[in-house]
Amino acid sequence: MNTAPVKTGWRFRQPSVIPGFGLTLGFSLAYLTLIILIPLSGLVWRSAALGWADFWAIAADRRTLNALKISFGTAFLAAVVNVVFGTAVAWVLVRYRFPGRRIADAMVDLPFALPTAVAGIALTTLYAPNGWIGQLLMPLGIKVAYTPLGIVVALVFIGLPFVVRTVQPIMEEIDKEVEEAAATLGANRFQIITRVLFPGLAPAIITGFSLAFARGVGEYGSVIFIAGNLPFKSEIAPLLIVIRLEEYNYEAATAIAAIMLALSFLMLLVVNLVQTWSRKRYG
Amino acid sequence: MADPEIKSYELHHESQSAAVTESRPVKAVLMAIALAFLAVFLLLPLIVVFHEALAKGIGAYTEALSSPDTRSAIRLTLLVAAISVPLNVIFGISAAWAIAKFEFKGKAFLTTLIDLPFSVSPVISGLVYVLLFGAQGLLGAWLKAHGIVILFAVPGIVLATIFVTFPFVARELIPLMQEQGNGDEEAALSLGASGWQAFWYVTLPNVKWGLLYGVLLCNARAMGEFGAVSVVSGHIRGLTNTMPLHVEILYNEYNAVGAFAVASLLAGLALVTLVLKTLLEMRYGAEIAATRGH
Repeated sequence: MNTAPVKTGWRFRQPSVIPGFGLTLGFSLAYLTLIILIPLSGLVWRSAALGWADFWAIAADRRTLNALKISFGTAFLAAVVNVVFGTAVAWVLVRYRFPGRRIADAMVDLPFALPTAVAGIALTTLYAPNGWIGQLLMPLGIKVAYTPLGIVVALVFIGLPFVVRTVQPIMEEIDKEVEEAAATLGANRFQIITRVLFPGLAPAIITGFSLAFARGVGEYGSVIFIAGNLPFKSEIAPLLIVIRLEEYNYEAATAIAAIMLALSFLMLLVVNLVQTWSRKRYG
Repeated sequence: MADPEIKSYELHHESQSAAVTESRPVKAVLMAIALAFLAVFLLLPLIVVFHEALAKGIGAYTEALSSPDTRSAIRLTLLVAAISVPLNVIFGISAAWAIAKFEFKGKAFLTTLIDLPFSVSPVISGLVYVLLFGAQGLLGAWLKAHGIVILFAVPGIVLATIFVTFPFVARELIPLMQEQGNGDEEAALSLGASGWQAFWYVTLPNVKWGLLYGVLLCNARAMGEFGAVSVVSGHIRGLTNTMPLHVEILYNEYNAVGAFAVASLLAGLALVTLVLKTLLEMRYGAEIAATRGH
């Protein structure tokens, strides 16, 4: 052998003078396993025990398909709205100075702090036909509460901070000199935004979009009040899980949950691929 | 706002060509759109909560809050938070110590697993415990034979709450402790401190504001969780109804004042959380550092 003497070989961990590795890692793993991993694998085990035919019958059920379509469709729309307005909000908060900016900035986190049930009844009251916003939209023929549009409104509320808080720090780091360089080279403001600024922000915008989307797909509390919950029309997948549970139909609840989890992970995977691609594409 | 640095930045850019900043009208339009969006989507819902709670006067408001069912919902919410938040704090500190202070195989994977509850729907977080502890569940028969009640009782609510608030403290502390490195602890140890002393007198003071930040967010979610708790609670009035669940029941009974009165307490909690969070970020921004978000 012409290699240097190998003293260590494969090591689970690097040596360190700091004590407590076994204790803290052991406790963390035990807690993680008991609270998260065992219960989640119970779900996987139960859906695997269903068998393919039963699983397929539940998945292909029209009501299940519609609920999944509504959950993913409204979450997608809401995430798109949040990308547009969330990026604008982040831009205004980062670039402009105006009285009340601190308060506006702090307000962005409200959806993280406000319990979803509270958001749900508040939004429903606002957008109901006799509500403050609902009665303004009524003459225009727009109904929000108790329609799929209401679901989108609730998910816009829930998802906004995910986009703003992902895009904002990246915007703060943009080097002004890059913009100035582009300007001296003759680029106008529009070109600078689309060709210089946007590519740098794209990965953050995609991350914000996917976080808002993922959260929207699983959201329950704020949606069930405003949705109207009509099967095939405005019934979201998490609600259908709850309905199946209340019917003691554990199989159906498990199968829908497994489909939702699988789709969410698939989506995260796709987003990761897109991000890797956009980093390569835009450096 | 009186920051001199910011002012000079502004002045500097006022004098620049239009290519490095938007023109005044564009600025005004952008600001109007962004602020109107925030007002409609964030401010109005908050205002409507207090408006509806006080719609029938202060008397009806206090009366709604003093009903026995509401009181027991408040007590249960406080109890659940008082159990689940400290447990997640112990886990968060322990996981951050193992992950930030040591290099070991599978660290990235472990960090990913800790974030897992964030990508699971709250309803599914509750469902997994029903599948485990329910009558038809894997452990259902065994629990029944031993007379242990978890589901549709306080232990189930606590477990579901721990599940959804699991990552908050850990994900706040891990990047913070990684950034601070091991130097301080190594110095303390070399001067003869025990491992426990190094943690208590060196590490903990270093991360205290970050820890408080994590606890704040963890607590807000623990007290406000709806979906997961709704699945495991069984909705027994006066016994297994937390405040958010009680809001739902009152609202569905068309008791708007009652529902919004309880909701106003939760909204108050949210406002206090936001104010403390903002103060922490202003004062100790550098010490909380790294990851912002949820």
